[in-house]
Amino acid sequence: MSVKTELEFTINGRPVNIEVPVDMTVLNLLRDMLDLKGTKYACGEGECGACTIEVDGMTINSCLMMAVDLQGREVMTIEGLSKGNALHPMQKSFVDHGAVQCGFCMPGMIIQANYLVKKNPDLTREEMKRGLEGNVCRCTGYTKVLDAVAAVVGLRG
Amino acid sequence: MSEQVAFQHIEKTSLIGKRIKKPDAPAKATGKTRYINDMVLPQMLYGKILHAGRAHAEIISIDTSEAEKLAGVHLVVTAQDTPELRLGFVKDNAPLKNKIRCERDEVAAVAAESEAIAAAALKLIRVDYKDLPGVYTIEESQREGAPVIQERFPDNKSLKFEFKAGDLAQAEADSDIILDDTFNVHYVTHCCMGTSCAIADFDHNGKLTIYSQTQYPYNYKMDLAPALGIDPGDIRVIQPPTGGSFGAKLDVYPFEPVAAILAQKTGRPVKILFDREEEFINSPTRQPASMHLRTGCTKDGILTFRAADVEMDNGAYTSWGATVPVIMMRTTSGHYRVPVVDFKGQAYYTNNSYAGSFRGYGNVQMTYATAQHMDMLAEKLDMDPIEFRLKNAQKSGEYTPQKSYLRECALAECLTTAAEASDYVAKLGKYTDDRKAQGRYKRGIGLASSIHNAGGAKIHKSDGCGTILKMDDYARVTVITGASEIGQGIDAVIGQIVSEELGVPVEHVTLVNNDSDLGPWDVGVHASRTTFIAGNGARRAAIKAKKQILAAASKQANVTAEELDLRGGFVVQDKDGAVVTKLDKMLRQMHFQPEPDVVMVSDYYEPNSEPEGRDHISDHSAAYSHAVHIAEVVVDTLTGEVKVEKVTMAQDVGRVINRMGLEAQMEGGMAFGLGFALSEEMLFEEGRLQNPNFRDYKVPTAPEMPEIEMHFIESDCEEGPYGAKGIAELPTIVVAPAIANAVYNATGIRFFNPPMTPEKVARAIWEKKNA
Ligand code: FES
Ligand code: FES
Repeated sequence: MSVKTELEFTINGRPVNIEVPVDMTVLNLLRDMLDLKGTKYACGEGECGACTIEVDGMTINSCLMMAVDLQGREVMTIEGLSKGNALHPMQKSFVDHGAVQCGFCMPGMIIQANYLVKKNPDLTREEMKRGLEGNVCRCTGYTKVLDAVAAVVGLRG
Repeated sequence: MSEQVAFQHIEKTSLIGKRIKKPDAPAKATGKTRYINDMVLPQMLYGKILHAGRAHAEIISIDTSEAEKLAGVHLVVTAQDTPELRLGFVKDNAPLKNKIRCERDEVAAVAAESEAIAAAALKLIRVDYKDLPGVYTIEESQREGAPVIQERFPDNKSLKFEFKAGDLAQAEADSDIILDDTFNVHYVTHCCMGTSCAIADFDHNGKLTIYSQTQYPYNYKMDLAPALGIDPGDIRVIQPPTGGSFGAKLDVYPFEPVAAILAQKTGRPVKILFDREEEFINSPTRQPASMHLRTGCTKDGILTFRAADVEMDNGAYTSWGATVPVIMMRTTSGHYRVPVVDFKGQAYYTNNSYAGSFRGYGNVQMTYATAQHMDMLAEKLDMDPIEFRLKNAQKSGEYTPQKSYLRECALAECLTTAAEASDYVAKLGKYTDDRKAQGRYKRGIGLASSIHNAGGAKIHKSDGCGTILKMDDYARVTVITGASEIGQGIDAVIGQIVSEELGVPVEHVTLVNNDSDLGPWDVGVHASRTTFIAGNGARRAAIKAKKQILAAASKQANVTAEELDLRGGFVVQDKDGAVVTKLDKMLRQMHFQPEPDVVMVSDYYEPNSEPEGRDHISDHSAAYSHAVHIAEVVVDTLTGEVKVEKVTMAQDVGRVINRMGLEAQMEGGMAFGLGFALSEEMLFEEGRLQNPNFRDYKVPTAPEMPEIEMHFIESDCEEGPYGAKGIAELPTIVVAPAIANAVYNATGIRFFNPPMTPEKVARAIWEKKNA
């Protein structure tokens, strides 16, 4: 059995203290140990963005990061974006613009979209496209996704 | 609840054509939705399958003893433990194999306490194979003395389809131009973002509950039962939210009965979930095909015949994939007026992977050929390309040679609308002239059109859908429908339709459609049928409920039921909207009337269509629709990169129901066709997939998406709900040949074999230059 180590970090604003196997990815830690199943597995090798989360304010593919590297960091997952049952403006915009179909890519897509807008409130459509390049969606053809992000930018701008 | 009547008069309004939000979107956007991939049941074990990883071999021996000894392993099964069990379209497949016919073949399966233990156990299984010479192309399959793949089919021939109409020899003699080309369409796969998953659980009475991604729950029971040797009545199918489907989940695949066998033998729930590499290798593909197409035409631009000889690589097992000629021949014989038709389709067994159904179902393949021939003919005739197509475009009231009845046909309108909106004819001429000029980047514009069934497809004896609708004492509506939700948005459409009929807010309609023990029969999500069939069913059920309520109200109000209507949560006078009573109050009062009652109705809607017979002459859909896409591209003649800048679409949608959902289907459907045309390709070497990951198999991402302009033509389908037609496959079907025609316009090169990858395009340009 694999060696374990103790970790302390914050997740969605709450402190966590947990013992994890040293060979565990952040994605598996979230899904299998913390019951945060909003973050999705769809490739496991950094090629699809379904597992995107924020760590210390930067987005990463959680399937590529080892859990032990979370020590002392701040993590935000899709579950941390909404407050209670109130949707975050980005989530609401996705819903209102019909950008959600099967929805499997959406947690990663929305985390990434939110990060892009936080970083650059004057995001252009071209910048959005490039910023979302790592997030694969098989249902929507991305157009309504871009419309949803553009509406949020418009609101802020 | 306030019993006070707030308004005295309520005007009639309509939701049809409005933008309705998907009711499940908030939960999906917040990560609350529990997909089947996320589910864990108490006491659940994890199943994993040992796949052969070789294309053709005998199994000499399997030793599972080491795997069985591993701590945490509950069971290891092989074909020895499951003799006789068959599955598949012609029952040539089995859950576990005793001979290897393709890379995907399931050799053994393990149930263990964790995925990691199951994976470790697989490594301990020792299999001795004797490799056999393989068959990897149609040509090899046809060869005299070729290795036999399936003992029951010694000539390696699988399904065969034929349709002929008219006198071909005469039509050839009457033709001034005959085009003769072979188009080869490649292997692509669905790449659902949620990988394949099933959870099986048997109870003590031998009843199986299977949590499945199927888009076909009622037939699924029938298909799954023989693979388990149980009665279909002993199967309950639960459909948790699924991460995409697109046709992939029409067949039953071996991993599903394998999960059930493991569950049956261990007495514990067993979950099998693929990782992405397993998904790429072991999932269905689009049916690849070699299509030899001949099209004839007079010098006046009148089509004389189409003759298609289609050969298909069946792979090792026959699936829904190999049945695509049923639709291919409708395109060959329709999609413009074709008086004489000669269609042949034959599938050949090989040691390759096998296909499944896939959005566009044969029509993506066939239209890639027919729509390019239309373009080539217009050029050869030196005729205005729109005029040429209009000359041959079918009109309302016409039949195709297969007896598809085009009651409402808007092909001509689609053509002129898209052409005018994109300034097609002028640009086509300009870019043709520009081709000769110097310069690295060449522009091109291309048009393609097609026909598809838009009122279901009666490939079974029934193409119907059951609906149960009940209203509670607070005027909340529950609709139990046979129709499945796989992300496409039937939840929003049914809510909208029921709300329209019953005058209640959309949010007050709850859909139940994920449990075969509750839901009534339906033949699944396919053939662009759900809005049409389930939508009609929901509407009819709602109308029945409304009648029942208004009959009760009419007695109270002392008017006839015809003089009443339901609006905004009230029973009102139809003529001026004067409020009679609140709807919820009326519903409660119905319990206390002289003949007490509750509102609970059912409906089985069977579309007005004829079953697809062996002769393929039948009006197999209750409606047909046409679409035109015009693609504008820029080709980098140095790198071969094709950038699609804009797609202008015109499609006969019958009538817009949920505008937002409709647009979403158009955009997403088009993206599938874009990937097929430009970048997606499964590369096989001797039956083994070489690119089972998103790095080497390129699906479209946001930067590749063109600007989209949509025009919805509303032809008002007599049979469709509010006039609507089915819509979701045409956008996938027509975009690829539109791009191919645009690339031709830009470069003067025809691409008969997609995808038009940069390497292929660059090489063709180089070869042309140096020819
Ligand atoms: S699952 Fe992490 S990028 Fe695909
Ligand atoms: S909504 Fe289905 S993959 Fe994006």
